[in-house]
Amino acid sequence: MPAATPISSINNFVVRFANVNGSGSASANELFARAVLRMGVPVAARNIFPSNIQGLPTWYEVRVSQAGWLGARGGCDLMVAMNPQTFDKDVASIEPGGYLVYDSTKPLTSSRLRSDITVIGVPLTAMCNQRWPEPRLRQLFKNMVYLGALSALLDMDPGAIETLISEQFKGKEKLIAPNIGAVKLGRDWTLENIPCPLGVRLVRADAVGDRIFIDGNAAAALGAVYGGATVCAWYPLTPSSSLADAFTRYCSKLRIDPETGKKKYAVIQAEDELASIGIVIGAGWNGARAFTATSGPGISLMQEFIGLAYFAEIPAVLFDVQRGGPSTGMPTRTQQSDLVSCAYASHGDTKHVLLLPADPAEAFDFGADAFDLADRLQTPIFVMLDLDIGMNRHLSRPFVWDDARKYDRGKVMTETELEAGRDFGRYLDVDGDGIAYRTYPGTHPTRGAYFTRGTSRDRYARYTEEGGPYVDNMERLLKKFETAKTLVPRPVRKNADQPTRHGVIYYGSTAPAMDEAIFLLEAGGMRLDRLRVRAFPFHHDVVDFVMEHDTVFVVEQNRDGQLRTLMVSECGLDPARLVPLLHYDGTPITARYIAGAIGNHLDARKVTPLRKVGA
Amino acid sequence: MTYLAKPKFHHPALPKNALGYTHRDYEGAISTLCAGCGHDSISSAIIEACFELAIAPHRVAKLSGIGCSSKTPTYFLGQSHGFNSVHGRMPSVLTGANLANRELIYLGVSGDGDSASIGFGQFAHAIRRGVRMVYIVENNGVYGLTKGQFSATADRGSKSKRGSVNRDAPIDLVAIALQLGATFVARSFSGDKEQLVPLIKAAIEHEGAAFIDVVSPCIAFNNHAGSTKSFDHVRAHNEAVNRLDFVSPRAPIAVQYAPGTVEIVEQHDGSRIALEKLAADYDVTDRLAAMNYLQTHSALGHIVTGLLYVDREPEDLHRHLDTVEAPLNTLSERDLCPGSEALDVINDGLR
Repeated sequence: MPAATPISSINNFVVRFANVNGSGSASANELFARAVLRMGVPVAARNIFPSNIQGLPTWYEVRVSQAGWLGARGGCDLMVAMNPQTFDKDVASIEPGGYLVYDSTKPLTSSRLRSDITVIGVPLTAMCNQRWPEPRLRQLFKNMVYLGALSALLDMDPGAIETLISEQFKGKEKLIAPNIGAVKLGRDWTLENIPCPLGVRLVRADAVGDRIFIDGNAAAALGAVYGGATVCAWYPLTPSSSLADAFTRYCSKLRIDPETGKKKYAVIQAEDELASIGIVIGAGWNGARAFTATSGPGISLMQEFIGLAYFAEIPAVLFDVQRGGPSTGMPTRTQQSDLVSCAYASHGDTKHVLLLPADPAEAFDFGADAFDLADRLQTPIFVMLDLDIGMNRHLSRPFVWDDARKYDRGKVMTETELEAGRDFGRYLDVDGDGIAYRTYPGTHPTRGAYFTRGTSRDRYARYTEEGGPYVDNMERLLKKFETAKTLVPRPVRKNADQPTRHGVIYYGSTAPAMDEAIFLLEAGGMRLDRLRVRAFPFHHDVVDFVMEHDTVFVVEQNRDGQLRTLMVSECGLDPARLVPLLHYDGTPITARYIAGAIGNHLDARKVTPLRKVGA
Repeated sequence: MTYLAKPKFHHPALPKNALGYTHRDYEGAISTLCAGCGHDSISSAIIEACFELAIAPHRVAKLSGIGCSSKTPTYFLGQSHGFNSVHGRMPSVLTGANLANRELIYLGVSGDGDSASIGFGQFAHAIRRGVRMVYIVENNGVYGLTKGQFSATADRGSKSKRGSVNRDAPIDLVAIALQLGATFVARSFSGDKEQLVPLIKAAIEHEGAAFIDVVSPCIAFNNHAGSTKSFDHVRAHNEAVNRLDFVSPRAPIAVQYAPGTVEIVEQHDGSRIALEKLAADYDVTDRLAAMNYLQTHSALGHIVTGLLYVDREPEDLHRHLDTVEAPLNTLSERDLCPGSEALDVINDGLR
């Protein structure tokens, strides 16, 4: 292998930890990422993990980026190779000129190492064996020892790490000193034996600001707490389980009645997804704010109920943390592949509202907004997260809540209104927006009761199988969907600094990679206007954006261009204008990929006539 | 069924209950089931029970799945909210409704196809969670709306109307409910209103999961010779272990019983069930003995009816979850939203 100059880069590199699942590495790795943040340098951290509890390979990737690029970058500048099983592949994945940190307790043959990288052997196992007699402690502290070694190699502030350890073990003070000791062990050995720091290293900066570091599932769960959800019914399913867990955790702190110690919430781990959504619908029908958290396979199981909620017009919130399909598919890999199955979930003519948050802050906002929308529109609302947003901690603007905000409980006729003789027809459109009034069960002794069924009823909920009332009702539901367009979050548009004929549409977890891709493309002289779609049904802005550009790339993390399909079918847009740009191997999309694909397409167009994709 | 609408007026001298409601105030729309259907008798038993207990009709929520039995909530308690949900999924919808407002009375009406086949799982889990409800299965052993296929409660050896014989083992929902921890378990017969009405009343007052299996012959598809769910067969094999009189906390026991023949079971809310023992050795508070009795007598071909098990100190789902007394659907942002200050603290903890 040709020699390469060692990479030299301050506050801008990628560190990858290769570990064995279940070895306790996750907390040390996260500590590393948080220590970098404490030094004022932004990070983008991602877990790449198997569907397994113990034994299979897992990676943690930390992109250090003072410029603030938070998408996955691809490649690796410094590999901490702690897993013998993947060692050769891990070593091969290091960028030329990069660095390898490995456990040198057992000497490696030079044939397993590369000559174009800097190899740093740290005798981790030997050091741990000498220090701790108990095998379990040796294994756990080994992670802290390599963290110490890294702190020396990258010139990190040891104080930042110590502070974080003290914060992490608050309440378990006994653990603070041994952990700090383990870090020091690694750091001291490295400072003594290895020329420090490396070409890639950290310098204190001020680029993090007031941002927070949190995973999207926890953020969405907190949104549900703030949004007034009182009933959560769920069935364990990766990558959504941590959302229900987080809701329970936040509620146990924030939703306890101070006087009685009793709970102002109910969480049911149901027997399956059918029961989960059934419980949500029952609670929504009876006037409580209720949600479920699931993923694609759960959505498939809930289909019949979702249709009932659409036709019977019952508020419900579903958090879909998307992953690769199918049930026996890629449960721990990310995708945006449930858009179509959620947008048209169930049998009969159905259409549903989807919200598409891009980061934890938006997951919090939409997580709360979804309950207002569900009550206002009396219909299921899907909050479409994915594994990348949901299960990785992201650097995100802090959560904000306006204390003057009131919950919008939608059109609910009260006892007083019924008593005053106000006309009540459960499916009667009195305001012309397609939304009828409902009553909660038990409201009035003689007025406002009705029988809930899917269809087969007239505007006053009286049983009929006549075609006329059926069509009348279906047309009203369409009108309601039009109303939804005016209520859901508008798309966010950002224009290039000069007029351009090219545009790009994207959504969800693609956002950080897209910001960086635009930067890369602009550096190459290519300009694009961009529109981040945040909801379905589409706001008219989406149509306007497409009509203003000759070519619009639609960037998605699925195989079939699902958002593009929705745009074509719902807005009647010409497919030829919409160029699909798709990344769906289960890894998060990168700026390199987007910029490369758009760049190639635009370059190709300079010499060849426009290829009509999809036409 | 009849197509003649019920007149709206009624006789001014109709008896009124403690709340001033007449029997008519508990009725619903006219039944569209076949004339003579056992289910209609159950509907009228429900009406009778609610009238006698003087329940405000709008404080009941009636939920059902799909099938003939699940159509019946339209035919009683017209002033109550009803929910005809999806096949076999009434228990989960009822569970959610109960979580949202613990103050209403939840009446789940289901059938043997709905609860023993497609909804067997939901039936089991709602029972084992102890959702406070009255769960009535109108059990006729066949799928009526789809014209007479066997259901999972059809007995082995029972003959269908077309002459085929059921070879599969039956599911006895009463046995399952006992095993899963239901705190009130009963079986009755749609043709025995005397027995059914007090059972429904006691179940309504019970503060836990109450299950009543009501054998309800299908007049159209399962009332022939060779069927074990026909009127004749059930009458011939009915073995009632007790006769009960239900007394709500608000009324004294009026009937005088011969000493030694009656057991008074006091429920947690103070209501009392006066049990006239027909099987001398039957103890309604012994779950294991009930299961044993049921198995032994079912092997003899008997249909054991009556109050089969009651737990005097039941616990329900809300107690397990330790939820607040106020219905969750009445809590406002003031109760539920932690506010911006708490959020700032959370933000700080994430830096």
